[in-house]
Amino acid sequence: MKIAVVVRQVPDLIEPLEIAESEMELDLDGASFLVNETDDHAVEQAILLKEATGASVTVVALDFGDVDDTLYAAAAKGTDQIIKIPWEEETPPSPQAAAAMYAQVIKGIEADLVLVGTYAHDELEGVLAPLLGPALEMPYVGVIRGIQPGDDPSSIRAFKEFPGAVMAQMNVGLPAVLGILAAEQPPRYVPVSRIRAAMKSAEIEEQEVPLPAIEPALTVERMYLPEAGERAEMLEGSEEEVAQRIVQILQEKGLVK
Amino acid sequence: MSAQDILVVAETNQDALADITLELLGAARGLASSTGGQVVVVILGQNGAQHAQALSAADRIMVIDDAQLAAYSPGPYLAVLQSVIESESPRAVLVGSTTIGLDVAPMLGARLNAPVVCGCQAMAAEGDALKVTSSICAGKILVDVRVERSPAILLVLPGSFQPAEQPGQAQVETKPSPVPLEAGQIQFQEMILPEAGDVDITSQDVLVAVGRGIQQEDNMEMAEELARALGGELAASRPIVDQGWLPTTRQVGKSGMVVKPKLYLVLGVSGAPEHQEGMKGAGLVIAVNTDPTAPIFDVAQFGVEMDILDLMPALTEAINAVRGG
Repeated sequence: MKIAVVVRQVPDLIEPLEIAESEMELDLDGASFLVNETDDHAVEQAILLKEATGASVTVVALDFGDVDDTLYAAAAKGTDQIIKIPWEEETPPSPQAAAAMYAQVIKGIEADLVLVGTYAHDELEGVLAPLLGPALEMPYVGVIRGIQPGDDPSSIRAFKEFPGAVMAQMNVGLPAVLGILAAEQPPRYVPVSRIRAAMKSAEIEEQEVPLPAIEPALTVERMYLPEAGERAEMLEGSEEEVAQRIVQILQEKGLVK
Repeated sequence: MSAQDILVVAETNQDALADITLELLGAARGLASSTGGQVVVVILGQNGAQHAQALSAADRIMVIDDAQLAAYSPGPYLAVLQSVIESESPRAVLVGSTTIGLDVAPMLGARLNAPVVCGCQAMAAEGDALKVTSSICAGKILVDVRVERSPAILLVLPGSFQPAEQPGQAQVETKPSPVPLEAGQIQFQEMILPEAGDVDITSQDVLVAVGRGIQQEDNMEMAEELARALGGELAASRPIVDQGWLPTTRQVGKSGMVVKPKLYLVLGVSGAPEHQEGMKGAGLVIAVNTDPTAPIFDVAQFGVEMDILDLMPALTEAINAVRGG
């Protein structure tokens, strides 16, 4: 089995987000980036399938948001090939354009299974994962929490999450694209020493892909921070003072006696 | 159907009508009042007609009854919805940002070459265009967008609109699939229910919910001690469950559990819309987070800007002192 995994960088939400002066996009100059969380799970799920079946794993990423560190971390985890698509714009392409670009590279790999995070927090005009299905002419199912090998090499079992901690087992004939919410186990920790070793040994292949001509489907009129509504009453003081105040509130409400 | 009508894609969870469906209906009623069109609900499945009364605030309910639609599989769902949208030509299609909606809405957009907007929280017609407000970056950024082309496929965030509950006089039509359905490469096999034995967080009066701010699995013990001191149970946001630190039965949110405790103490949870959806029935909400802009402070009555690792031991001690623990 050949597995392709799409990996994206997204702005780190721990840091304050800035909006450009045009008020039409994020100001990503100086922003810090990290791997999209569900894509990180997609890498882990691919490695787990590799360990179970001997599959090969290729990671495909756009050169955006300091992606090299993420790619070397993926190499240190055991991926077999890394392909980076050059990208020099300050903002990432639309999900539609990105799907077309990733699809061009993935078609060259002849992957049987394509894994990608179910969503990224910065998606506005569509969601990349389901768009990869039509772009690759493969069926798609997302919000997957775990994959197991199927009864034969041409199929897998995927577990789709529904509300109330309910899962639907889906039998998936390959080739297919799956949107990963979470891998069967948390993304593995890789020591810095192994990432440094991967930086010396792993090769990042660059593959130019033309930006497809896709008309924007919508017009951004304004991007802004939510107005503070009726906010919580903030409790201030030392840990002990705040703790005492919370206990007092709970006593007043009859929640601690 | 006219080009000003609004189509709502209904959802059910194990035969019960999903809450999001009535919210979509509420949103559609508001949008239809600005387009001058009607509201049409399409419901896929074998027993869809049983929900007609609950959906009667619509003008028309279309039940597509086919054995292939009894459980969700992407192929048959997409084929039917594509056909319905092509034949009805609505101005907008409202789909919940749910486990099913996140699959089908973007693929419908690709198949129909239609615009898709994620995270929709507000919408109105402005002349020939739709103006939509979306929430991105876990609720930290709002975006006003203008959509010129129809049909616009709008992925609506749960909890954004008041549910439509006023009964109406909807016409109900039950019909077979408009297109031949094949099982396809991705087939539903079985529903797997959560293992019995874990605590049912939906029935707890006191919940201590932990999020990313807990930082490490070793710190979960501190949260457990605090929950014990309060006589409550631990719950969590998605990242904690994804890390495997708590089972999925403890996850609060859109695709987890919907809880309604008297006390919801939220520790290190930013409060993304997906999490807020699961806690909107909570009574007293006290939130602790180091980020003063965290959306959780918009829904909490009391907030503390502090590292939870500093506060948890002090709070546990203070509660134990009162309770004589």
